[in-house]
Parts: sequence; structure tokens; C-alpha cells
Amino acid sequence: MLNLSSALSLALPELFLAAAAMALLVLGAFRGDRSTWLVSSLSVLALIVSAGLAATGPFGTAFSGGFVADAASAFAKVFIYGFSAVAIVLGDRWLKRIGGVKFEYPVLIVLAALGMGMMASAGDLISLYMGIELHSLALYVLAAFRRDDARSSEAGLKYFVLGALSSGLLLYGASLIYGFAGSVKFPDIAVAVANGAEPGVLFGLVFLLCGLAFKVSAAPFHMWTPDVYEGAPTPVVIFITTAPKLAAMVLIARVLSDAFPGALDQWRQVIIALALISVTVGAFAGLAQKNLKRLLAYSSIANIGYALIGLSAGDQQGMQAMLVFMVLYMVDVTGFFACLMALSRGGKPMESLADFAGLVRVRPGLALAITALSFSVLGLPPFSGFWAKFYVFKAAVAAGLGPVAAVGLALSVVAAFYYLRIVKTMWFDPPAGEVDPAPLDARLVAFGAAIFSFPLVLLALNPLDAYALTAAAALAVP
Amino acid sequence: MTGLLSLITFAPMIGVAAILGLRLTGKGRDEAALEGAAKWIALVTTLATLALSVLLVAQFDAKVSGFQFVEDVAWFAGARYAMGVDGISVLFVLLTAFLMPICILASWTSIKTRLLEYLIAFLLLETLVIGVFCALDLVVFYIFFEGGLLPMFLIIGVWGGQRRVYAAFKFFLYTLLGSVLMLAAILAMATTAGTTSIPELLAFKFDPALQTWLWLAFFASFAVKMPMWPVHTWLPDAHVEAPTAGSVILAGILLKLGGYGFMRFSLPMFPNASDYFTPLVFALSAIAIVYTSLVAFRQTDIKKLIAYSSVAHMGFVTMGIFSGNVQGEQGAIFQMLSHGLISGALFLCVGVVYDRMHTREIAFYGGLTQRMPWYAAVFLLFTMGNVGLPGTSGFVGEILTLTGAYGAATWVALIAATGVILSAVYALTLYRRVMFGEMINPKLMAIQDLTAREVLIFAPLIAGTLWLGVQPDVVFNLTAASVDNLVAGYRAATGR
Repeated sequence: MLNLSSALSLALPELFLAAAAMALLVLGAFRGDRSTWLVSSLSVLALIVSAGLAATGPFGTAFSGGFVADAASAFAKVFIYGFSAVAIVLGDRWLKRIGGVKFEYPVLIVLAALGMGMMASAGDLISLYMGIELHSLALYVLAAFRRDDARSSEAGLKYFVLGALSSGLLLYGASLIYGFAGSVKFPDIAVAVANGAEPGVLFGLVFLLCGLAFKVSAAPFHMWTPDVYEGAPTPVVIFITTAPKLAAMVLIARVLSDAFPGALDQWRQVIIALALISVTVGAFAGLAQKNLKRLLAYSSIANIGYALIGLSAGDQQGMQAMLVFMVLYMVDVTGFFACLMALSRGGKPMESLADFAGLVRVRPGLALAITALSFSVLGLPPFSGFWAKFYVFKAAVAAGLGPVAAVGLALSVVAAFYYLRIVKTMWFDPPAGEVDPAPLDARLVAFGAAIFSFPLVLLALNPLDAYALTAAAALAVP
Repeated sequence: MTGLLSLITFAPMIGVAAILGLRLTGKGRDEAALEGAAKWIALVTTLATLALSVLLVAQFDAKVSGFQFVEDVAWFAGARYAMGVDGISVLFVLLTAFLMPICILASWTSIKTRLLEYLIAFLLLETLVIGVFCALDLVVFYIFFEGGLLPMFLIIGVWGGQRRVYAAFKFFLYTLLGSVLMLAAILAMATTAGTTSIPELLAFKFDPALQTWLWLAFFASFAVKMPMWPVHTWLPDAHVEAPTAGSVILAGILLKLGGYGFMRFSLPMFPNASDYFTPLVFALSAIAIVYTSLVAFRQTDIKKLIAYSSVAHMGFVTMGIFSGNVQGEQGAIFQMLSHGLISGALFLCVGVVYDRMHTREIAFYGGLTQRMPWYAAVFLLFTMGNVGLPGTSGFVGEILTLTGAYGAATWVALIAATGVILSAVYALTLYRRVMFGEMINPKLMAIQDLTAREVLIFAPLIAGTLWLGVQPDVVFNLTAASVDNLVAGYRAATGR
């Protein structure tokens, strides 16, 4: 190992995070649940330090190509670790309120974040699988975190069984690719498929993409999403719907552009199919939902479809659009779920749409936040969701995918109906009764996200645009 | 004076901030006192905006055909924050600023619930609509254009009538579908021309094959907004359910966004496609004029009748725009301004009796002249304006659009001219049934004539209608240079 020190410096954020997770686990094990507050605070600190290290660290490849640190991984890690920290803060307070404090919660999130960091930096199929499994296993446990709640256990089990199936698909695809291309390293695979993928590799690629589509909950691999969103604790849902999705999207982008640049025309069809099916399923299936968490699950399926439209462009603009979209969407959805966390009636969380009737008269602030976030996810200007879609569709049109963009836009009108229904329920219907006092942490996150969706987004877009552009340069198909 | 347009556009936001401040600091204070203060804030803000708009028109140089008061700052995503007005848009800014104080006054006592939010929605709407007319960048234009859906959705849905939810959804989804298709076209234009700046795009020559698609996408949006037959069905529902001031804004200003869009984008940017589709637009306009006039005749609800008559009058506008000659364009602009005053006033007239009796059924009324002579006189004036009586502004718009259409296609002018007669049929029938005859309904016996506030509301509208009717030159002088430029460009591109 000639350059071990440089390799270690490239992987420093992840090494630090791994060490921190182990240390915090030991700390928690010795001091018990009393130390949860300390463990949570230190976890947040560790994530912030790792994000800082990733943002400022050197770029290069390490461990004979298995680990890549570049602008794209740095971009992804900053947001992955950041959103993980938010999930810890929200979850810690939430567990305290329901009286189920466990120090494992922050540690599990740190471990999941570590796995996502590995996904963002994967340079071969081995580290790809390692990252996915590390983050998935932590997520399965988190989904079932309320052991005494049947729905939570059910969510964890469903997530685990279906996740295991998708891992199987992914591994099978990886083995096919290895068998036909002769290497697990992305650059070597790229050489082997320089002139388009032959059927064996293509077969493997499709399996690989199926496994990855499961992780981002793109239709038709979305079946777990509504059940897990409904059953899992809300702060865990916030986590599941933000950081892992970004990590998996970056991973998909990296695999496709680093390992299969020669097969652009072939994988583009797969991505477009996934994207349009996701948007369609998300738009139409969401119409029938009465439970807000399930509704947001379908909304997330549709939105992953939009991100995939950006990805399907394959060029720098498309990758930039995908990254911008994901970040803006993550803020919106975090705020949305934070609103759900802030609202309860008689000690029971408000999840059904009917619970929100007339909310604007009872809780005008939160109702206004939900209104802003609904219109944002709907894609109405000037909210952040519009800019997210604007980037994606602009990239798609520029890449000659005009019809795809037109279909996506038209389907966004279908999805608009259910966002409008949320607004309608809150504004037009008579109040359904008093609401419990809202906890401060959830309220702060909710208002923060709402104010970000407009007008703060106008300030954030310029730096985000530039940052995503440099990151996209590393992800674009050459 | 640069910055004036942004000032006009965002001036209402100062009122929004003030009312929001009232709401946040006003916990525990008397709600009635809060509402009183908020109403005055809203009125003063809209009047200040009006004053600024008058200043804008006064400083506007009518001899210049290009954009004036231009502001241009780099923004993001390749878009620029660019504002400017020319002869086509400047008067719409004034119209918007003119109607807004009237709307606030019209809501003075008739809105009983959540008045502060209502006023905020109106001020927000004013900013967004003025922004549409001033935007010189497609992205900025789209933001303002589409953003207007939000306050209007809430105005119809929260303060509307019985079927307000249905109407609000219909309004939102119809318009959104049109708008997203336009967004697709905007993205395609940005990709092809490499810019979203409207002045640069006006100079850019799009490939005729591409023009067809772009034209259709823009048409989808503007035809819904206009609204043109057969995508007009959201309008009667929205009008009937919206509160009075909401109807005034809808008819007076929001419908004009469609016509403005045609003149700003479709005609000059896609001249070949416009030429190609002119027969289609003419046919739809002719159908709109005749068909919706007949439909209006059969209505039992006063507001619905006026809503259908709006569709018919917008038919004259589209006909004028696509006739592609100076009379047609001037007539279309004039018709839009005039319709903004007259239909706005007619909806206010409905509001007067609705506030008193809480019904809009035509059959409920009758013989109102006996109890409400002043009201009868005002209603008569605007009914005549709606019919297009010479001396009112309605006449000028109709005659010019008809002249323009006659120059382009005789058959359209012929069919459309019957619309003038039909409009007299339904408008006069309405007037007869509501105003004349015996007062049979005992509930009407105690009805009161116009209050001082209502007189104050109608006075500027009466003055505007008559003034434009006898002095139409004030409009033409302002618009002439820009319209000549538009028509010359269109002629050159299509070789007509």
C-alpha cells in the first residue's frame, strides 16, 4: 500500500463517522438510555464534522478504485449528513415525547448515514453493495423502532423482506455484469461496454437498476413505500424519504455514467420507463389516499419520477437538475412531515385527511406552512418545487426529451388535485376540533422549510445552482 | 425612471406586510378594529399603486414602439429579472391598478369572515397580475402568470358561494393544465433560442415547424384563460361562486391575460403558425360569440348570464387579435379595456342586489326601478355599454374588431355582427325582467337604493366608460406605435 495515507485522507469523513458510531454505541451501552441526549448531541456533531470534512476534503480515488471522492460525492455527503442530523434532532425529541427514549436511535442513523456516504463514493460493485446493505439494514431497524406498535413492526418487516428481495436482484445483476464485463470496477466495465452493452451485460444492468429502483422507491418497485411510510415513526419516515433517496440517486447516476457511458441509449430507455411509470403511479394512486402519510408516499414516488427524468438526460445539465431537484424536494418533504409531527389531537397524531379540516382557523401558522409546502410540491411558482421541476424539465427538453417532459408536466396536473385537496380541507372546511399544542422542534423545522420554499429559495438557488453544477460535472456521461 | 415598474408591482406587498403585521401583533385585540384598520391599509395601498400607475402612464412616451422603463438584472437558472412596458401592456397595468381599489371598496361590508386574509389575497393578486403585464422574461412572466392561481383559488374557495369547492378546483386545474403546456413550450424556446428574454425572443425567428407546436402550447394556456369556446366552462362556475370582488377581478383583469398573451407571444413570436391557425381562431371566436350569447339568453342566474356574455365579448377580442391588422389589434386592446370596466361594473351591479337579497335568481327580482331609481340608471348605463351602444366604450371595441375582421375574413365579421344583436337581446331581456314590470315579490318592498359607498364605487367606472366612449383617442394614442410595430412585423413575416 504505497499511498495508504492519501487513501485514508480521502475516506476521512467516513472513517471518522464509523469511529464515532462505534464510540457512541459503546458510550450508550455503558451509560444506558440516560445518555440518549448526550449520544444524540454527539451524533449530530459527528455528522456535521463529517459533512464539513467531505465538503473540504481532497478529491481522488482510493483503495484501487473502490472509493471515489469527487465533487459529486462531496455534494451528496453534505446534504446526506445534514438531513441525517435533522432526523436525529426531530426523532430524539419525538421519542422523548412518546416516552420511548433509546440511545440506539441516533447511532442507527449515523450508521445509515455512513452507508449512504459509501454509496455516494462507490467506485466498484463491491463498495456499491456494501454501502447499500449498511444503510438498508439500519433503515429496516429504524422502521420497526416502535417495537410495541404493530404497525411499526409490520412496516419494518415489510421493508426488510422486500428490501432483501431487491438486494438479491441487485446482486444477481452485479454478478452478471461481472461475468460478462470481467471486472467489478466501474472504469473497467466502461471499457468493456464502450460500444453499447451486449445482452448479458444489459441483462445484468437491468437487474441492477431494478434493485436500485427499489431503494429510491421508483415504480414499479414502490410497493413497500406506502406501508412503510404509514407504519414507521414519522421522524424515521422523514429520514427514509430524504437522505437515502439522494444517496441512491447519486449512486444510480454514478453507476450509469461511470460504468455504462457507452450504453447511454440503452439505459436511458430503462430510466425513462421507470420515471414515467413512477410519475403516473404517484399521480393516480395518490388520488385515492385518505391518510396523509400514504399520500405523501405516493407523492414521493411521483417526485422520484421527476428526478429520474432529469437523470435520463445524462448530461451535465441533467445531472445538475437531478441534484437540485432532490435537494429542494428533500427540504419540502422534511417540512411536510415535520408539520405532521407537530399536529396531534387528544395525544393521537393527525394523519387522516379529515383531521385537517378547518385547520387554518385552529392553527393558522402550521396550516399556512402546509399550504406553502403543498403548493411547492405541486410545482406552483414561485415556490421551490417549481424551480425543482423547472430545472428537470429544462434539462430534459435540452437533451431532446421534449415528449417525456410534456407527459411529466401533464401528469403533474393530475397530482395537483390531491395537493389541492389538502389545501381545500384546511381552508374551506369547517374546523374538526381543537388541536394539541405543537412541539417547538417540529414547528421550527416546519416553518423553516416553509419559509425556505418561498422566499428563501430565491437566495439559495444561485449557490445551489453553482454547487450542483460542479457536482454534476463529475456525474455526467462524458 | 428605472425601478418604477418594480415599485408598482411590489407596492401592494407593502400592504400585505402591514396586514400580516396586524394579524401577528393583533392577538387579543378587538377583531372589528383590526378589520377596520386592515381595510384602510388595503385601500390606501391600492390607491397608492393607482397613483404610481397614473404616473407611469403620464411619463410613458407614446412615440416609442419598444419597451420603456426597462429593468434588467441577472437572476438564476439562466433567467433574468427583466421588467418593461410598451404601448400594449402599459394600459393593462393602469386597468389593474384602477379596478383594485374598487374591489376593496366593494368588499367593504360584504365579506363577513376572515377579512384580513381576504385582503391579503387581493393585494397578492394585484402584485402578480401587474407583474404579468410588466415581465420581460418568460420565466418571470410564467411565475407571475401561474402564481395568480393561488390567491384566486383561495378567494373562490374560502369566500365563495354554495358550490365554491367545485368551482375552485375546476378553475385551478383547467388553468394549470393550460399553463404547464405553456411551460413546456417556454422550455423548448429557451433551448432553441438560448434565451428567455422576451425582447430577444421577439427578434428571434423560430422554425415554422417548431412554431406550430409552440403556438399550440401557448394557445392551450391562453385559450383557457381567455376563455375561448369550448374551454370556457370553468368561467361561469368560477364567476357564480366567487364573491363579487372576485368576479370583478376575474372578468376585469384575469381574462385579459389571455388576450395579452396572444398579442405579446403568439402573434409576434410565431407569426407563421398564427397565420396558419387564424381560420381556427376565427371559427372558435365566431362560435363563442353566437353560441355563448344564446346560452346567456337562457340563464336564470344573473351572474351566470354576465359570465357567458363575457365569453362572447372575449370572442370579439380573439377575432380582432388574429385579424392581424391595425384596426383589429387596436380594437382588441380597446375591447379588453372596455370590457374590464363594463363587465366589472355589471358584476358590481349584481353584487349590490345580492348583498341586499342574497340571491341572484332573475325570477326573484322585478320592478326594481320603483324602489331603486339610481341603481336602475347605473345598471342601464352598463347594460347599454355591454350591448355596445355608441357613446359607451363598448361600441368602439366592437366596431373596430369587426372592421379588422372584415378586412381579414368577411364571413367572420358577418357572423360576429349577429353577436351584437344577440347581446342586445339577452342584456335587454335581463334588464326588463329585473328592473321593469310590477314588483310582485313582497320581499323586495323594503329594498334600499345605492349607498354613498356604492355610488363612490360606480362613479369612476361610469366616468371611464363614457370617457372612453367619446374619447377613444386617449387609448389609441398610447398604443399606436406598439401596435403599428406589431402589425408591421406580422405582415413582414407572413407576407400578407
